[in-house]
Amino acid sequence: MSQKSSYEHISVDLKVDNRKPRMVPYKFEYNPHKKGGWWVPLLSIFVALIICAVFILLNGMNPITIYTKMFQGAFGSSFGISETIVKAIPLLLCGLGVAIAYRIAIWNIGAEGQFLLGAIGATAVTIFLPDLPGALYIPLMLIMGIAAGAIWGLFTALPRTYFQVNELITSLMLNYVALLLLNYLVYEAWRDPAGFNFPGTPEFTPYQMLANIGGTRLHIGLVFALFAVAVLAFMLTKTRWGYELKLLGANSIAAKNAGIKMNKHILIVMMISGGLAGFAGAIEVSGVAGRLMYGISPGYGYTAIIVAWLAKLNPWAMIMTSLFIGGLIVGGYSVQSMGLPLSFSSMLQGAILFCLISGEMISGYRLKKIN
Amino acid sequence: MDMVQLILAAAISGGTSLLFAVLGGILNEKAGVINLGTEGIMLIGAVISAIFYLQTENLFVTFLVMLVASGLLGLLHAFLCITIRANQIVSGLAVTLFGTGLSAYLGKSVAGVPIPVSIPKIELSLLDSIPFLSIFSELDIFIWMSIALSIILYLYMYKTSWGLHLKAVGDNPSTSDAMGISVTAFRYFHVVVGAMLMGVAGFYLIMVYSPNWIEGMTSGRGWIAIALIIFARWNPIYALFGAYFFGGLDSLGFRMQIYNFDIPSYFLKMIPYLATILVLMFSGWKNRHKPSIEPKSLGNPYFREQRF
Repeated sequence: MSQKSSYEHISVDLKVDNRKPRMVPYKFEYNPHKKGGWWVPLLSIFVALIICAVFILLNGMNPITIYTKMFQGAFGSSFGISETIVKAIPLLLCGLGVAIAYRIAIWNIGAEGQFLLGAIGATAVTIFLPDLPGALYIPLMLIMGIAAGAIWGLFTALPRTYFQVNELITSLMLNYVALLLLNYLVYEAWRDPAGFNFPGTPEFTPYQMLANIGGTRLHIGLVFALFAVAVLAFMLTKTRWGYELKLLGANSIAAKNAGIKMNKHILIVMMISGGLAGFAGAIEVSGVAGRLMYGISPGYGYTAIIVAWLAKLNPWAMIMTSLFIGGLIVGGYSVQSMGLPLSFSSMLQGAILFCLISGEMISGYRLKKIN
Repeated sequence: MDMVQLILAAAISGGTSLLFAVLGGILNEKAGVINLGTEGIMLIGAVISAIFYLQTENLFVTFLVMLVASGLLGLLHAFLCITIRANQIVSGLAVTLFGTGLSAYLGKSVAGVPIPVSIPKIELSLLDSIPFLSIFSELDIFIWMSIALSIILYLYMYKTSWGLHLKAVGDNPSTSDAMGISVTAFRYFHVVVGAMLMGVAGFYLIMVYSPNWIEGMTSGRGWIAIALIIFARWNPIYALFGAYFFGGLDSLGFRMQIYNFDIPSYFLKMIPYLATILVLMFSGWKNRHKPSIEPKSLGNPYFREQRF
């Protein structure tokens, strides 16, 4: 009893706040350990859909019709589903790449450029080695794609480790450089002379293409992507390297004191990150496009950022989120005929990201009674 | 005018849009909030200006509407970063993604339509006869506004008590809070005003630099502006010179094409992007032994009752 009263006494003494007493005896208290679980991404997608519905209404259309049409376009037919998966493959690989960098707070937004370099690297094999035995093409193209993406990632990592240059800016500037390089190649250096001015390289031979699955546009790259998920999930959770990354992500100063070399990890992580995006690029040219061409990527590298965050950087969850975002892109194509521009789906993606990050923080708040 | 003067004139007209964006970014970051939404806010500023100018043909109204629109995006970023305390980097990326998408969505009807606008110019015929200063004799009012703004912001940040409060809020919010400065109000104010300046950057780009709307017309200028903040070491006066340097590089590729250099134009267009990286590497190497002058709580949300 006496203990309680003395506690009250102190609390009155310390009170310097002379505002009026609060009318509502509740307040919000934030606890980062109580953040919400799987339902936060779902709820944020829902809220984002509502926000964008306002813009559809302003455009004079019915949002429910649009969303239904988008859903049917993406998941309503076997063609739609296979198209969605085809889009999900590069998103999944690029998403894995950026997520591993974000885990140690390396803000790689250069997946777009690394993807393009991967596509260029794979195509270089077909351009410079036209007389290879057929069976060698695919392995060599994929390896060259991964290597080109990894080197492009290294261009982001080296200025960061040796000159303290912010990787956000470097990686984004390199996206523009990669895009200009691609345009140079498809418009000038590597343009198909028999292509009637089409901005693209000559079409690949069947040996240079990935095998299709079941007569659809779906290709064997799906298996590679799922394999990459499994390998990365294993490495992140079951190896010493994965543990060191976790430590670096949680507290980089403590990790440094424990003898973990930040710079070494930045270089490795950026090479893996770039390599995965480059892999995606190589798979895209050899599995879908069949040639290097203008606009080979409709912004996969940027969209991958949302894929990674929706999955909370978890490799397994990214399978689901890449399918969802892939469906959004395919659905976006199917409502284009109704007069909704293609940019609508990128606007929706931005809105999802807003709702997601705010939802994650808001879910950490709890209503508490003030004593 | 000879070659040097041409390049200088091109540097000023190309750099002015960058300068507005850099000044906005400096205000944001001085208050401790990273704003990676520059590119998106510039695009929204540009598209809103295009739409409203084509509707009303009134420069002043257009300017005000653009300020409101870009300020609203800034308010959204501020709300996420300051009130909700979300990750500032992801929030900025979301602003850019959303702004890019929304600007393309809104700009569909005005894409490629030339904007018949003439920005009032200030004629200083006095300078015409002076050899080097003659490039300053016929600049539009926004160029003068941007130069004045960098001087005003320099004075504000380094010579007034509000500016010192701003530095305190960016460096050590809990101490400033204890001193009685409202961290939240300071951050909100500077993020919103900074975003408005980024909107002005988009406004200048579309009203003067290339007067018709093209999807994604900023082509990375917002990101170059973010790099320039670091290059300018958070100082508005350095930002002035940095912006003109990059403005000059931007037009250099274009000029070299005219003089028939035997380099494909694709590689000339890479110059500003590669130069950004090289310049940042150089300034990182040059300042490697100096203490970082980055605002110390940049990127960190402020929790008044933090107990974790």
